[in-house]
Amino acid sequence: MKVLVAVKRVIDYNVKIRVKSDNTGVETANVKMSMNPFDEIAVEEAIRLKEAGTATEVVVVSMGVKQSQETIRTALAMGADRGILVETDEDLQPLAVAKLLKGIVEKESPDMIILGKQAIDDDNGQTGQMLGALLDWPQGTFASKVAVADGSVDVTREVDGGLQTVKLSLPAIVTSDLRLNEPRYASLPNIMKAKKKPLETVTPADFGVDVAPRLKTLKVEEPAARSAGIKVETVTELVDKLKNEAKVI
Amino acid sequence: MSVLVIAEHDNASIKDATLNTVTAAKELGDITVLVAGNGCAAAADAAAKIDGVSKVLLADDAAYDHEIAENMGTLVVSLAGDYSHILAPATTNGKNFMPRVAALLDVAQISDIVKVESADTFVRPIYAGNAMATVQSSDEKKIITVRGTAFDAAATEGGSASVEAVASAGDSGKSSFVGEELSVSERPELTSAKVIISGGRGMANGENFAMLEKVADKLGAAIGASRAAVDAGYVPNDMQVGQTGKIVAPELYIAVGISGAIQHLAGMKDSKVIVAINKDEEAPIFQVADYGLVADLFDAVPELEKELG
Repeated sequence: MKVLVAVKRVIDYNVKIRVKSDNTGVETANVKMSMNPFDEIAVEEAIRLKEAGTATEVVVVSMGVKQSQETIRTALAMGADRGILVETDEDLQPLAVAKLLKGIVEKESPDMIILGKQAIDDDNGQTGQMLGALLDWPQGTFASKVAVADGSVDVTREVDGGLQTVKLSLPAIVTSDLRLNEPRYASLPNIMKAKKKPLETVTPADFGVDVAPRLKTLKVEEPAARSAGIKVETVTELVDKLKNEAKVI
Repeated sequence: MSVLVIAEHDNASIKDATLNTVTAAKELGDITVLVAGNGCAAAADAAAKIDGVSKVLLADDAAYDHEIAENMGTLVVSLAGDYSHILAPATTNGKNFMPRVAALLDVAQISDIVKVESADTFVRPIYAGNAMATVQSSDEKKIITVRGTAFDAAATEGGSASVEAVASAGDSGKSSFVGEELSVSERPELTSAKVIISGGRGMANGENFAMLEKVADKLGAAIGASRAAVDAGYVPNDMQVGQTGKIVAPELYIAVGISGAIQHLAGMKDSKVIVAINKDEEAPIFQVADYGLVADLFDAVPELEKELG
């Protein structure tokens, strides 16, 4: 079974982002970039499937600027076999990413595609589902457990009320939630080895996909700040304030 | 303009998230609600009574049992017709099938909107709510998921819409429901509760959440938790409030033993009144709390329960 994993280069989750003063976006210059955390979980799951003998090859795809190579190398150092970068300076939106992934899927013919459930920068949470629709494949989103059986996969999903399990015929799409696994750290020897693994670079034009953005960002602003209130000294005072000042109980 | 709202329901009744979505839709045009499920006629009747709804479409078929995404996607596309906007709540259900609808229609999706600026312009949080983006769609149809906490609930009475049955769009045969483990609780749901009391790592273990339950009983509150408490195994994942859990905005949010990591604040900072009880007076939660009490929660929580009488 061949597994394809899609990864995105985003601002590191530990960085406190800053909105640009001209309100055109978020400051990305000289900011630490990393692999989207949900995508790391997706890579880890694919590698575990390979270690378990279920998967035979793990191919990692990323899209965006040249530096996205680093994100692919991280996945290769974790244990993926080879990488494909769709290089472009265009701001790729989920529909365009899904169309490009479809192009790659037609070439690579994987049995399963694993993606993060959402990217922590634009918080769209769309790409996996869109790819599923374009390919007419079934999907198991927000996965906390993936169990591959003969020709199908059972995916346990984190839903609002608890957990739900669906059975999907393969080929299928899985999007990872936080509790699917804990991604490994790449060891130094594996980081060195990853540098020699194959990484192919292609462009959107190779797939004949129009990647022009459909949504225009008019402005990006700081959210309304919430200011600190007061400190109360006792529980009695707290209950009094809630009853008589805030009037919420 | 006409708007299609896809209802969140449990076959018997309409979930609150639908009511918030109807309010967002009111700003866009005439509202039709789609109720798709298996044995969901009662939910469709309830949808017809929602204030502001002109028409209800009922797709009652085994293919829509548990709103399987593949089948929901093709159904909504088959009905998309003349609607200028299609909206669903940004619940795990809506997030599951709506991007499929958008891709099949070859349009962008606008996720998790918190404000309608105009028919083509919307405000949505990015970077876990640390920035707000105003986006404009150039697509003919707008496919939108709505953050429930950002819109008031439409009244459940006052409407008298007609209910019209629609044909099933069939079963993809590629995906089926196997089972579910849902948390059973007598308490209100986190996303619609007026009062929430949440515990963090400071609770020290799962048993201590019983203290919060006693307070919750007095306030009719739902019980939540921080990611730290969930990751430590104190309570199950579906109780998690935060960036990677549920987004809530109750009238009163009481954070107990929660330090206030950005990831937690992203899920509750829109609450009307925030109370923080924490023994560490430097905890960041105090920077967003309206009322802060620096105290040991193991003293303060039982006392709070007593004070509430």
